[in-house]
Amino acid sequence: MGMVVSFWILAAVGIIAALGVVLLRNVFRAALSLILCFLIVAGLYVTLSADFLAAVQILVYVGAISVLIILAIMMTREVAQGSPNSRFQIPAFIVAILFLEVLVLTLINTPWPVSSMPPTAPTTAALANSLFGEGGYLLSVEIAAVLLLSAILGAVVLAREK
Amino acid sequence: MLTNYGYIGLFLIAVVLFTLFMVIIPIALRFLKIVPHNPNPIKNSTFECGMETIGRTWVQFNFHYYFYALIFLALDVLVVFLYPWAVNLRALGFASFVAVIILVAIILVGYVYAWKKKVLEWK
Amino acid sequence: MVIGLQHYLILSAILFSIGLYGVLAKRNAVIILMCIELMLNAVNITLVAFSRYVVPAMLTGQVFAIFVIVVAAAEAAVGLAIILAIYRGFEDIDVSKIDLLKW
Repeated sequence: MGMVVSFWILAAVGIIAALGVVLLRNVFRAALSLILCFLIVAGLYVTLSADFLAAVQILVYVGAISVLIILAIMMTREVAQGSPNSRFQIPAFIVAILFLEVLVLTLINTPWPVSSMPPTAPTTAALANSLFGEGGYLLSVEIAAVLLLSAILGAVVLAREK
Repeated sequence: MLTNYGYIGLFLIAVVLFTLFMVIIPIALRFLKIVPHNPNPIKNSTFECGMETIGRTWVQFNFHYYFYALIFLALDVLVVFLYPWAVNLRALGFASFVAVIILVAIILVGYVYAWKKKVLEWK
Repeated sequence: MVIGLQHYLILSAILFSIGLYGVLAKRNAVIILMCIELMLNAVNITLVAFSRYVVPAMLTGQVFAIFVIVVAAAEAAVGLAIILAIYRGFEDIDVSKIDLLKW
């Protein structure tokens, strides 16, 4: 019962926040709306019993990525400029609606092999085993670190003043 | 496990209701003519004490702040990998320790690069 | 009424479509980047929902979601750095005006 109520509240607020990102004229308000949407996604992870991932969502998205986005807004003085639509507004709307329709029809008509087992909880130790343990994703972790390193180097080179 | 988060949800609902209540109280009192309404320019200024702003308040920020946010982001993402490893340290053993040392070393290369290029300094 | 896999998938499809509309219809580069983050979040919801409902004993979807989050962080860092570099050379971040390969 609590799951149902919390899912519908989270879904409604999440969709409103996501619409706020694309519809609000003020860029700063759109960024705040995006942060609310990140928080809602963290709540959805909790309802999916992915507790560690909810913490990661808050740590990385709400803690770091939103800081980067707000700093970029402050550095580019675009609050006065607003968030104008391009001339592809109506085609973009049609494309998005058609894409949504195709996705929803596919999702409803596919017989998903849903398992009735209870979810793993808590997930942190199990995630550590699959990330670092035997037969896990250790090489992917190191490659992700290299990707992050290249991102830091690229961002420093790009944003540094000559 | 979900019941623990249910308490957080209840707390969140209480916080939202309290905040809305505090915002609505002055509006309701003003609407009921309990609060007097005589504005003057000093009362309507942004700060009743302190300096008036000169020009627009949305000035362009210095680019240097971006590098601090960047390094913070890198260390933040590093924590995502370090925390589950630290929780399960004893079960994972020495091989994962070596892997984590390599992981930290890779990220530290970026940190040292930013340091050597003097992007963390204010000129 | 029981919340199942399809509820999460449809919610994530809606969020993804909103992000897609924003990417196609907006001219402000930072808003476009924000909409890309929204789309990545929708994909993460899908991965975690599949992991919860299809293979609850394994956490493959959650591991994938962690990697998607790492890639999204790297993408945001580089993307915003590109926007800042363009802004410094061009004094504008309207993507419909950035049509020169060289300036």
